[in-house]
Amino acid sequence: MNLEAKDSMAITLTENAAKHVLDFISKRGHGEGLRLGVKTTGCSGLAYVLEYADKIEQEDKVFESRGVKVLVDPKSLVHLEGTELDYTREGLNEGFKFNNPNVKDECGCGESFNV
Amino acid sequence: MALLQISEPGQSAAPHEHRLAVGIDLGTTNSLVASVRSGVADTLPDAQGRHILPSVVRYVADGDPIVGDEAAALAHDDPLNTIASVKRLMGRGVGDIKQLGNRLPYEFVATEAAVPRIKTVAGERSPVEVSAEILRTLRRRAEDALGGELMGAVITVPAYFDDAQRQATKDAARLAGLKVLRLLNEPTAAAIAYGLDRKPEGIFAVYDLGGGTFDISILRLHRGVFEVLATAGDSALGGDDMDHALAEWIMPQAGIGENADHFALRRLLRAARSAKETLTGQDSTIVSVEGDHGKKWEGELTRAQMNTLIDPLIDKTLLPCRRTLRDAGLSTADIQGVVLVGGATRIPRVRERVGEFFGQDALADIDPEKVVAIGASLQADMLVGNKPDEDMLLLDVIPLSLGLEIMGGMVEKIIPRNSTIPISRAQAFTTYKDGQTAMSIHVLQGERELVSDCRSLAHFDLRGIPPMAAGAARIRVTFQVDADGLLSVMAKEQTQGVEAHVEVKPSYGLTDAEVEQMLRESIEHAGDDMQARALREQQVDADRLLEAVNAALREDGEALLNAGERKGIEDALTALRAAREGTEPHAIKRAIESVDSATGEFAARRMDAGIRKALTGHRLEEFSSEPAGGED
Repeated sequence: MNLEAKDSMAITLTENAAKHVLDFISKRGHGEGLRLGVKTTGCSGLAYVLEYADKIEQEDKVFESRGVKVLVDPKSLVHLEGTELDYTREGLNEGFKFNNPNVKDECGCGESFNV
Repeated sequence: MALLQISEPGQSAAPHEHRLAVGIDLGTTNSLVASVRSGVADTLPDAQGRHILPSVVRYVADGDPIVGDEAAALAHDDPLNTIASVKRLMGRGVGDIKQLGNRLPYEFVATEAAVPRIKTVAGERSPVEVSAEILRTLRRRAEDALGGELMGAVITVPAYFDDAQRQATKDAARLAGLKVLRLLNEPTAAAIAYGLDRKPEGIFAVYDLGGGTFDISILRLHRGVFEVLATAGDSALGGDDMDHALAEWIMPQAGIGENADHFALRRLLRAARSAKETLTGQDSTIVSVEGDHGKKWEGELTRAQMNTLIDPLIDKTLLPCRRTLRDAGLSTADIQGVVLVGGATRIPRVRERVGEFFGQDALADIDPEKVVAIGASLQADMLVGNKPDEDMLLLDVIPLSLGLEIMGGMVEKIIPRNSTIPISRAQAFTTYKDGQTAMSIHVLQGERELVSDCRSLAHFDLRGIPPMAAGAARIRVTFQVDADGLLSVMAKEQTQGVEAHVEVKPSYGLTDAEVEQMLRESIEHAGDDMQARALREQQVDADRLLEAVNAALREDGEALLNAGERKGIEDALTALRAAREGTEPHAIKRAIESVDSATGEFAARRMDAGIRKALTGHRLEEFSSEPAGGED
């Protein structure tokens, strides 16, 4: 466990997620970091946004987790506080997964959710 | 819960609407499927972690056919129902098959139909159906790995495939439930994997040495499109032949004779292949084989020895290389890049010899067995629209013409559309009025003839032009587009050197759809536009003439013309003014001609008067033909 007190509001990456993000960004060749967000679509109201960030916007909240800059706009942050981003494998499929404590229920596929 | 991938900025898909697309290398011996995930293109493995799927299908009496390694393992035990290298039959007629006949172990159905059919325990199968089984296996693998249905696939084919072979490949994809976004030539896919399509232009060689086939292709990238200039190869030359060469070297030493049994020969080939692979990373290796009667043999094989053994085979690949260059009318100095494809190009000696032949190091950073599938997946990703708009625009060519406004609201195109960038073009312009000291330059983009129908990019003024008669000033306007698509326009007056310039980004804010619409309109209105342009040109000529004749009348009309002559000219001018207000270019042209003829005598008298004035006070001797006699 980390010696620093864990900020329950912060957005963090698991070690595996951070490793993959750093690897992807280096292969892509450029990028400030990772942008996490939510947008209002989908079958359960909100959907996750996961994108490369090429520039940091003024209003962005910037988190630093395991060497990765994570940018979140203030509107999205309300729904993402305390989220941990993980990278997992399910069968042949592999990718990122949001462990979001704010979620009340999500659609069957988990691509959209409700808070 | 669904697993997410990282998108490009602003390209996040709505839930359940991921645009999943793959690239498929449907090879003679092996096939692969690749996709772009989180911006990175890579091939997709199966559940056992194997990326390469042998292109082998085994039909069984009841149940689904078996595809891949499991089918290949049984090829010798069940040869009639195990179909390998079906790609060689794609799009071929029964007649073609008879020519290949004795090399194929399959039983063909005697049929009158154009398409050959292979007899298997599961019934008759066409080559298209067999290929579809391979594609279906790859489709399922991709859908499992990407977690959704595929929007489409880019499938690669050899550059030499004809229409029938291409159509057969498309049919196989449709049978496999795949939407074909595009068929892509294999060498082009390899070039795309290395990002060569992002260069403005160039000529590239793709050297593809697979297990059993060799292909060399010369590509020219021009205006963002790869063109196959020449292609050649050997359909029975590859890494397998190198295994045989090594095996033949081992045989006498290990005491294995030509009459050794099937299993001993197969063990020998396996040992030879693994020695070849080991020598890619090491300088020497110990080969150990079991000969006849369980006799074991061990010996050292060095890389230098292997090089001697395979050199004759490499020589056989360089012959077609020389031939394609000659066919394309090129020399090795024209080749700006060499791409290596196929597992056999991992062999250091192959790289060395190919590098020597082309006089440059070949591109080999990407796994040569995966490079074609990776290139196809990059193309697929772009075609389904996972890239930001500015990347979608072909920035290595100019999508719309660039030009400037000339008198009469017309557009003079300086750089035509589809020009590759960077590019620089210049054109000379002149002044329209006597004593004109400034010129307004209006930069436009589009295909239409009139300013009002094109897109305005920028305005700037060139001031400080020395006053001269209309048409005497020389103003050179240079349009330059750099590699990033940035346009700079410079105007320079030639005698005094005054200049002005502006910079704009022409593609900024234009989507593909808008570019397409602008192009469509220019085609739809082509007829109207030419008519409009012809009219404006005549109007501009008319204005210039009216201005010039009026000025001359003011100056010399009293002195040189009698009342009747003057009226004749005035009448012609009145008729021209009336025609100029109309919409008929021919009428204006005729009126201009009648003004020309009405003023012919007047112009001649003005010229005489001018000369007389100039000569007054000079003696004839001053105008003698002796050039040196001027001073006396």
